[in-house]
Parts: sequence; C-alpha cells; structure tokens
Amino acid sequence: MTWQRRHVLATDDWSRDEIEQVLETTSAMVEILGRPIRRTPALRGRTVILFFAESSTRTRVSFELAAKALSADVTNITASGSSVEKGETLLDTVRTLTALGGDVIVMRHAASGAPYFVAERTDAAVINAGDGWHAHPTQGLLDAYTLRAALGDLSGKRIVIVGDITHSRVARSDIDALVPLGASITLSGPPTLVPSAWRCGTTPRGTTFEPDLDRALDGADAVIALRLQKERQHAGLLPSIREYARTWGLSEARVARMRPDAPVLHPGPMNEGVEIAASVAHGARSLIETQVTNGVAVRMALLYLLAGTPEARES
Amino acid sequence: MGIRARGDLLATRLHEAIRRNEGVDVPLGSLDITLYRDDLTRIGHAPVVRESVIPFSVDDRIVVLVDDVLFTGRTIRAAMDALVDYGRPRAIRLAVLVDRGHRELPIRADFVGKNVPTAVTDDVRVQLVETGGKDEVELVPAGVTV
Repeated sequence: MTWQRRHVLATDDWSRDEIEQVLETTSAMVEILGRPIRRTPALRGRTVILFFAESSTRTRVSFELAAKALSADVTNITASGSSVEKGETLLDTVRTLTALGGDVIVMRHAASGAPYFVAERTDAAVINAGDGWHAHPTQGLLDAYTLRAALGDLSGKRIVIVGDITHSRVARSDIDALVPLGASITLSGPPTLVPSAWRCGTTPRGTTFEPDLDRALDGADAVIALRLQKERQHAGLLPSIREYARTWGLSEARVARMRPDAPVLHPGPMNEGVEIAASVAHGARSLIETQVTNGVAVRMALLYLLAGTPEARES
Repeated sequence: MGIRARGDLLATRLHEAIRRNEGVDVPLGSLDITLYRDDLTRIGHAPVVRESVIPFSVDDRIVVLVDDVLFTGRTIRAAMDALVDYGRPRAIRLAVLVDRGHRELPIRADFVGKNVPTAVTDDVRVQLVETGGKDEVELVPAGVTV
C-alpha cells in the first residue's frame, strides 16, 4: 500500500491500514534509534519547521530529534519571542512559514482546528502536534504503538483512559488510534470532566463510560492516565486536588485490579501523587519512558511518509 | 548480511549452506537500505521501510553483503553507508546472484553467481521459493510483458 495522505491533522478518518502502515514504519525507526549512530540520510535537504504557538517541551524536542535522526534541517518558531507575540495573525505567520520554504510544518496551537486552517493555505505538509482540546494524533499513534508492542494484537483488548476527558486531545486521539485496531476503550473520570453526551450514554464507537474507576480497571488490559490540569479546580470542576487524587488517582492497589502485568501509560508531564502515584509511575508496569522513546520513532515514521508524498515534493 | 527484500533470503540460504558444509555458524543479519537511497526525492511515494536485524557487532568483522541483482551499484552504495552506521567492519565484501552490468558507481562484486550480459532497458526478475514462486531468474527484454 502506498501512502497517500499529505497531512496528519487527526486520525479520526484514518483506515486501519493507514494506522498499521505508520506502526510498521515506526518499528523500523525504533531499530534505527537503537543503533550506535542514530541517524539516516532519508530527509537530507528537507526543512522541517516546528511552529509551537503553545508551550511544549517534550513534544517539540521529540519532533526535533525525529527530524534530525532523518537528517532534515530543523527550524524552531515559538510564540513567545516571535512575531506571533507582536500581534501577527495566524494567516500571516503561515504565509511567512511557506515563504521560508518549509517542506513540513509541525504545529501546536491553543485553538482547536488551527492546523486545518494552516493546511489549506500552505504547500507544505502539516503535522498537528496538538490543537486545543481537539487532537494530538502523534500521541495517539505512539500510544497505539506502545500498547501493541506490549500486548500484541489489540483485538478484544480493553484499555481504560482515566482523567479529564473533556479537555483532553490525548484522549480523543487515543480513541481514534486504538479503536480501529480492535481495542475497546473504557473512559473513566469525574462526571464534570467528561463530555455530557458521553456521560449520558452516547459515547464514541468502541468506547464506554464507567464512572467508577475501580470497576473500570477490573480485568483491564492497560490503563492510560491523563494529566490533570490544576486550573480545572479553579474553574469549579473539582472540589480539590486531594479528592481527585483519592478518587481518580492510579494507586498501587488500583492498578492491581487489572490483569497481571497490565501496563500503565501517561502522556506526560506527570503530576505525581495526583493522577498517578510515584510508585506506579516508576513501577514495573510503567511504560511511560518507553512512550517517550517510541514518540520519537512515530514522529520519524510520519515525517518520512509525508516527505515522500508527491504534493510535498512539488512545493 | 542480506540486503532486503531478496538479498536477505539468499543470505539465509548461504548461511545454511555454510553451516551444513563447514559446520560453522556465521552470524547472519539483514539490512534495510530504504532510508539510504539516493532517489528518495525522485520516486513517487515513500517506499516501505522495514526493520534491519543485525544481532551482532559489525566492528572488526569481515561483512559479506548479499544481494540478488547487481545493476547500477546504487543499492550497494546505500548498503555500505547503512552498514558503517552500525560500526567499523574490517572489510566489506559483496556477493550477488546475478551481475547484469551497467554500473553507475565504481563498485564490483567479490562473489558472483552468474554474469548476465543485458541491455540497460532489460528487466532482470528474480524469483525465489521463499517469496512464493520457484527459484528462477528471468531476463525480460524491454517492451515485453510477461
């Protein structure tokens, strides 16, 4: 199968074959990252622009390492200290980025849908590195890769996603990557932090909502804990961080309800002692560091696949 | 060290033959050279990348690259670039099933199954039992469809 997509904006309309192709390419990239010289010349002469209009360290560094491992040139544009801070519109920024001759634009933006706006107005390939509450497709794909490496075929596997579902682009992208691979998802979290339609019975295909975390975890094959943003308490959605930790935090006792050795994932950065106990985060079940390594490999795979599409080359 | 996708199958056969005849278990690896190709920016779509499997250190070893057809030499150039990213072999040798000539780079094979004179436009097709066919090398002149 040949790769046809020009952008990676969200994986909600991807076929299983497309996801599989990314995961297969990723395993080749994992092998490269294990070599003494972690670099191949595949994207020599290509330019990858990292445009992060919202703060991020790990995703940006992950993309940067991925681009460099493929020998691409990398340019960073952050919101602070750039023309964005001086009031330039997104449209003008896009025009500038295009004029600079980037082959791939990796972007993060606080506004949901911003990468779609950019993708329609540039010749470059666009990769969404997180837009508002909407999507974070590379996180979804790296979680799918990590879970598949740990559990094998995901058909019939039940994966719990716990935390602030409403505001989580990670939760949405995890659903979009895992459900096509055959996994079923149990969502759990405070009712104030789960979209009301989902909480009232209309959940996305392949998912269910279980308000009791202990019941959600019983016999599960894996769990993904989401980061709790502390400002949710000030917004009146949580009584207290301590109560959240007690009711929704992954403790040793809680993760022991899953199948033996069922892994624990977290997209990072973690609030240890809030959504995840330190002993779980650094325990035998934790795949959190593996996720970071796999993240570089998934991003390499996508950069490679996108840079090879004809439209991207003509620009 | 077999070059994917068919050289690795031939390398596996050579490995087996050496073990059977000489009783020596030579380390066996397979190399994917997709990311080292010099035509990545020219071909239409990103070709499928597969995993290289090299379960040993190449440092200070004599590494024999194995491929099915030697043509322009560009694949071998890419394979040598890939190989030196794994370490510093003492020497790199080349074994091919068919040498069809028309080199574009200063590369020659150390071990050749058969030299086959061809026109540059001819197609040399190698089939192996492992890929679901029979063992067969076919020389298809330009313009002929089979």
